[in-house]
Amino acid sequence: MKSRRPNAFFSVLLVVCFAGSMLVESRLDQLRPAATLEEVLYIPSSKVVKRMSVGFEGLVADIYWTRVVQYFGAKHIENASQYKLLYPLLDMATDLDTHLIPAYEFGSIFLTQPPPRGAGEPLKAAALLQKGIRENPDSWRLYQGLGFIYYMELKDYPAAGRAFEQGSKIPGAHPFLKVIAARTLQKGGDYQTAQMLWQAVYESFNDGLIRDNAIKHLRALQVDQDVLQLEALARTYAARTGHLPAGFNELVAVHVLPSVPRDPLGYPYELFPDGHVMVEFYRELPFITQGLPPGQQPSDMDLSTRGK
Amino acid sequence: MTQRIAAIAANTFREAVRDRVLYNLILFALLLVAAAVLFGQISLDIERIVVINLSLTSISIFGVVIAIFIGTQLVSKEIEKKTLYTVLARPVRRWEFIIGKFFGLIETLGVNTFFMALGFYAALFYVSHGLHPSDLNILLAIYFIVLQFVIVIALALLFSSFSTPIFSAIFAFALFVIGTFADDLKNFAKLSEGTVHWVIAGVAYALPNFGSLNVISSVAHDQPITFALFANNTLYAALYSCAVVSGAVLIFERRNLK
Amino acid sequence: MPAIEILGFQKNYTVGFWRKQQKTGLEPLYLSVEQNEVFGFLGPNGAGKTTTLKLLVGLIFPTEGTAKILGMDWRDPKVKSMIGFLPEQPYFYDHLSAPELLEYFAWLSGVPAAERKRRVDAVLERVRLADVGKLQLRKFSKGMLQRVGIAQAILHDPQVVILDEPMSGLDPVGRREVRDLINTLKDEGKTVFFSTHILADAESLCDRVAVIHKGELRGVGVVSELVTSAEKANQTEILWAGGETALPAIKALGAECKIHGPTTHAIVPVAELDRALEIIRNSRGQIISVNPVRSSLEDYFIQQIGEKPQSALEVAR
Repeated sequence: MKSRRPNAFFSVLLVVCFAGSMLVESRLDQLRPAATLEEVLYIPSSKVVKRMSVGFEGLVADIYWTRVVQYFGAKHIENASQYKLLYPLLDMATDLDTHLIPAYEFGSIFLTQPPPRGAGEPLKAAALLQKGIRENPDSWRLYQGLGFIYYMELKDYPAAGRAFEQGSKIPGAHPFLKVIAARTLQKGGDYQTAQMLWQAVYESFNDGLIRDNAIKHLRALQVDQDVLQLEALARTYAARTGHLPAGFNELVAVHVLPSVPRDPLGYPYELFPDGHVMVEFYRELPFITQGLPPGQQPSDMDLSTRGK
Repeated sequence: MTQRIAAIAANTFREAVRDRVLYNLILFALLLVAAAVLFGQISLDIERIVVINLSLTSISIFGVVIAIFIGTQLVSKEIEKKTLYTVLARPVRRWEFIIGKFFGLIETLGVNTFFMALGFYAALFYVSHGLHPSDLNILLAIYFIVLQFVIVIALALLFSSFSTPIFSAIFAFALFVIGTFADDLKNFAKLSEGTVHWVIAGVAYALPNFGSLNVISSVAHDQPITFALFANNTLYAALYSCAVVSGAVLIFERRNLK
Repeated sequence: MPAIEILGFQKNYTVGFWRKQQKTGLEPLYLSVEQNEVFGFLGPNGAGKTTTLKLLVGLIFPTEGTAKILGMDWRDPKVKSMIGFLPEQPYFYDHLSAPELLEYFAWLSGVPAAERKRRVDAVLERVRLADVGKLQLRKFSKGMLQRVGIAQAILHDPQVVILDEPMSGLDPVGRREVRDLINTLKDEGKTVFFSTHILADAESLCDRVAVIHKGELRGVGVVSELVTSAEKANQTEILWAGGETALPAIKALGAECKIHGPTTHAIVPVAELDRALEIIRNSRGQIISVNPVRSSLEDYFIQQIGEKPQSALEVAR
């Protein structure tokens, strides 16, 4: 066939160039990791974006939502101290799709937490959730989220309690909301309530990142309580015997403790002669406020590993 | 061989230039540049940024529309209306025809872009009261936009080689839109697992990536463009459009012209 | 060496979207056109004429079969510089003028730059379009487009000229011009292969014709031979006045009779001619004229279209 030669040539050319282009494209991706993230809010007005979406707001909202996750993930890896675009992104996504519940939930956790684990903007988070509640009055999880923000970061227990209570009244709400509401209104600020809250988050939110985060908090709460209790135990012992124990081994030897106590990850706590208790690997336990080495700040500035 | 390709390219350019619709589109783009100046005056701090953003985006979008319009008209229509019969009855190889068309269309878009860029720089000069060293940087952004056109032209040719003018235009435009969101598609891929992940990732890489060719925002903020980006983008555009045009050739070589 | 040799060209189409059906556009075709011949390819619309021509020029690809043009494989690009093609109802680039189009085509056909302008002017002169100037092709009338079409087909002085319905859309003057052109081309030693469904043109122009119907070749041959082979050829026409009494006897010979006032008109088989004349003389009729019946190509054509292919081809042999 006379046309065989150009056909063979162009077939080869097609394959080679196509493969080549994909290789170059992956090289380009490496060259511009932050590109989409910075260009993401190219149009900083949700009204404009809405108009431009010409009916496809849902899809555009989804696109923004995936960018949120990507943005957060990338920043998190960098151990960023600022998550400037997190709120605008979430705000944009929820303006385009007011029923995008996962976005509100995400915001309730990760907008509130202080960096590097979150944006550290609890007021904005609260605003976001209030918007969510306005648009989705039947979503008890958003009340839970709002209450969470007031409780955890803003330390406004009455407001938190009110939010939990309102949420608990919605048909289909998880029963623990009532309990949490009661406890919050009653005392607020104690470990048990915090634990219940995080437990509630873990059970009711579906997002993997959120659940992971909740587990870490639960562990941290456990550690905090353990350390305080163990330090109290050492002081009691000192009061009885007249000297502080040299270590946990001594307490085990005299049957005060059944065995050397371990942290939620399974590593043994260490008791120092001056009476303070320390965890072995504080980097593996973000969010703890007790049991840290002396001078070590709580996880605000903690350069922990990702620990997934 | 080169004689014939040159002849076809020159004729394509001539045919395109005489089509008056072209001028309307260029005029429209220039109007948008003027509008950008007006918008910018609303907030003088970011006047320059707005002018750059809006103008380059207009040039980009209108250029793509022109590229698709001309690309599909000049090839699909030629095939449909039998203008091609007398061309192919001559000692012209079918692949020469496609390649000639490709270069003719690039030439047309090149001249187009030149005039639109001229209008843009005039607006920029007015708004910035003179030249800035970063104006040269903007030229790179325009160069990348031209690279986008090259890929779009290749796509228009590909679809024209087997489809009607309307569908060719629709497909080409659809690919442009999807290609602009290529980065998001890759994000979707990262969030999924297993076969879905590989399928989406495969599609994302197979589709034309217009995201990396869009540096409008960076240039508006005076961020420098690295040589690596310049080189890789050029290479990408060359390779991808070469692959697409090869596809067009292969399809066209086999096509029975009704 | 024949100018064109079609060796079994066949074209099948698949029609239908869901249930694909095979449709035959062209049955295996074997045809030969000699050099310096004017060859007519006849057939009703949809017979497969255009399909054959498009296959020959390489616009569509055969399902089976090959062809040779001037001894070379029909797909060889070199062949293209030796043929000129005019498609049916040609259409050209809207925004070019006739000279621009022809210069472009001359360029594509490899005419050297120095030669181009001269050739273009000459050919425009030849098709009587010398003064169209810069008028854009989209403003041309159908007849003018047809002439441009012919111009581009002969521009590069090809050895073989292939024309699809060259007379279509032309007024009688235009058609005469095309006929004259074809004759001139023949005088110049070229081969002309054209398709048409207008038989009068073929009859006056062609050395040989082929008849095709529903994708099948029904007959090939020299025009005069085909014409005499048609049924009506063995008949004579007699005109006489008076002698009405002769009528029944004439009819008995198997003749068709018609009376126009005083004159009677009968068509009798040649074998019965003497007998008929005798009968008329005996009845005191006055013989006005005796003429052999000239059958036309049309008769042959219609015959072939209606008959089975086998018998038609026998006649041609």
